Formats: sequence, structure tokens, C-alpha cells
Amino acid sequence: MNNTTQCETKNETRGEQVNYLLPSVNIYQTSDGYTLEADMPGVNRDGLEVYLDQNELTLLGRRQPSPSPGTPETTHYRESACGDFRRVFELDPEIDTDKITARVENGVLTLHLARREHMKPRQIAITD
Amino acid sequence: MKFTRPHLFWRRAPLDSVSRLQEELAKLIDSPFSGFGTQFSNEWAPSLDLFEDKENLVVQLEVPGMKREAFEIGLHDGVLSISGERKFEEKREKATGYRTERFEGRFQRSVALPKAVEGDKVRAAYKDGVLTVTLPIAAQARPKQIVVGTE
Repeated sequence: MNNTTQCETKNETRGEQVNYLLPSVNIYQTSDGYTLEADMPGVNRDGLEVYLDQNELTLLGRRQPSPSPGTPETTHYRESACGDFRRVFELDPEIDTDKITARVENGVLTLHLARREHMKPRQIAITD
Repeated sequence: MKFTRPHLFWRRAPLDSVSRLQEELAKLIDSPFSGFGTQFSNEWAPSLDLFEDKENLVVQLEVPGMKREAFEIGLHDGVLSISGERKFEEKREKATGYRTERFEGRFQRSVALPKAVEGDKVRAAYKDGVLTVTLPIAAQARPKQIVVGTE
């Protein structure tokens, strides 16, 4: 992205602290769990990280520098914010963490989170 | 025992001070139609950037989740106008919106171009949720080299 090359100087001067942008999200409750959609313009599969620690879910979207023809010489007007996207969620313990799926398309990350299936009642055999 | 209030399934856990400040601000303006950022109205105003390189003016608009054909881009009297509509998928199967921060609906942005451009050579591309419109600067608007001749 043109804006990434503009941003690089900003992040360096800040030293340790990196400022992240909060992506807007929609969370829907579905019949089997939740669907989360996050707006992350400029992020594709290569720049996306979704990781889980205990029941804490972190979404991290790094913007890619696009192969633009020549670096921009002038910025006339700029509204977009610099930086990568990050947002952290604490998950409902009912969510089955093995069944989380993630997909990114056109800068939108979609996560499906399914609730744990409860074990059906079953007979336990009695040993002699 | 029944809970009369739905469980708060989602809690955000900010891990650094800047994120925490952003979280607090987001909570303050927590309502279905406002999101984090400068949009406090029901209208969607995607961020627009205007750059210039040696040969082109480049306009970038952050509009994730659109279909390519859903954009309307026009150039008139030196003003570039981009509009479109973002619709969420219909197949929600009775899902209840739990938190809705993303904008849905029409947007419209315009920008007055600082230089004349060649209208029929304008091209637009949509990648990873960013619309990039490249407008070649008109030949007469480009700086010209003047060669010193012999007299």
C-alpha cells in the first residue's frame, strides 16, 4: 500500500510501542455458535494472524505493501490511518476452540465459532 | 435459575495502553450505528487518500467487503466521485446481531483533483478491500523540460 510506505517512519520513531488500529466487527449469534466479521482493508491471507491462547482470541491483520508503480511523490490528502489491525476477544467457554474457522476476502475477515457439542447421554458398561 | 440478562460472551482484553484507550472510547459510543473512528452519523464515509506520483494521481478508498461491480465511479469537471453500496450477506439464517459496528448501506465520496487528468485512461482496481483509482495526469499538466537550444 502506498500508505504503508508512508507509515513506516511513524512506527519506527515510536520505539517499542506499536499502535494498532481497532477493526470494526460484527458479531452474530447463529444456531450453532457465532460468526464474527472484521473490516481489515488492505489485509489478505499473508498478512493475517489469528491465534488463540487459552480462551483469548487475537486477530492481527498486517497490511501489505502493494506493488504500486513508483512511490508516491506527494500526498495531497490522507484520511486513512497508519498501522496494522489488532483486536482481542475473550471467548465464551462454550465455544469449541478446535472448530474455529477463518477466512479473509476483500479485506473482511470472517470467523465461524461453533459451540461445544454436549456429550449425548450414554450407557456405561459395567465391568465384572 | 434463569439469567434475565444475556451473558456477556464477548469481553475485550486490551493488552496495551493505546488499545485500552481505544477500547474505552469505543465503549462510550457503543451503539448499533456508530463505530470506532470519526463516523458519528448513520452515513458511511470510507477513508479516502489522494496521492501523486510522477505520472498519475492515485485515489485510494478503504471499502472492505464490496463486490467489484458494485462501485460507481465517475469523473466530471475535474471531480472524481465514487459511490457504492455495501450489503451484508442475506444468508444470516435468523442470526441475531450481537454487536454491529460495520457500516452497511450506501457511501459516496468525491474529491476535486488538483491536476487535469486523461479521462479515458483512468483505471480502477479493487484488491483486499481497497479501491485504487489511477488517473494519468494530462500531458499538458505535466512539468515540461525545456531544452536550451543554440541561438
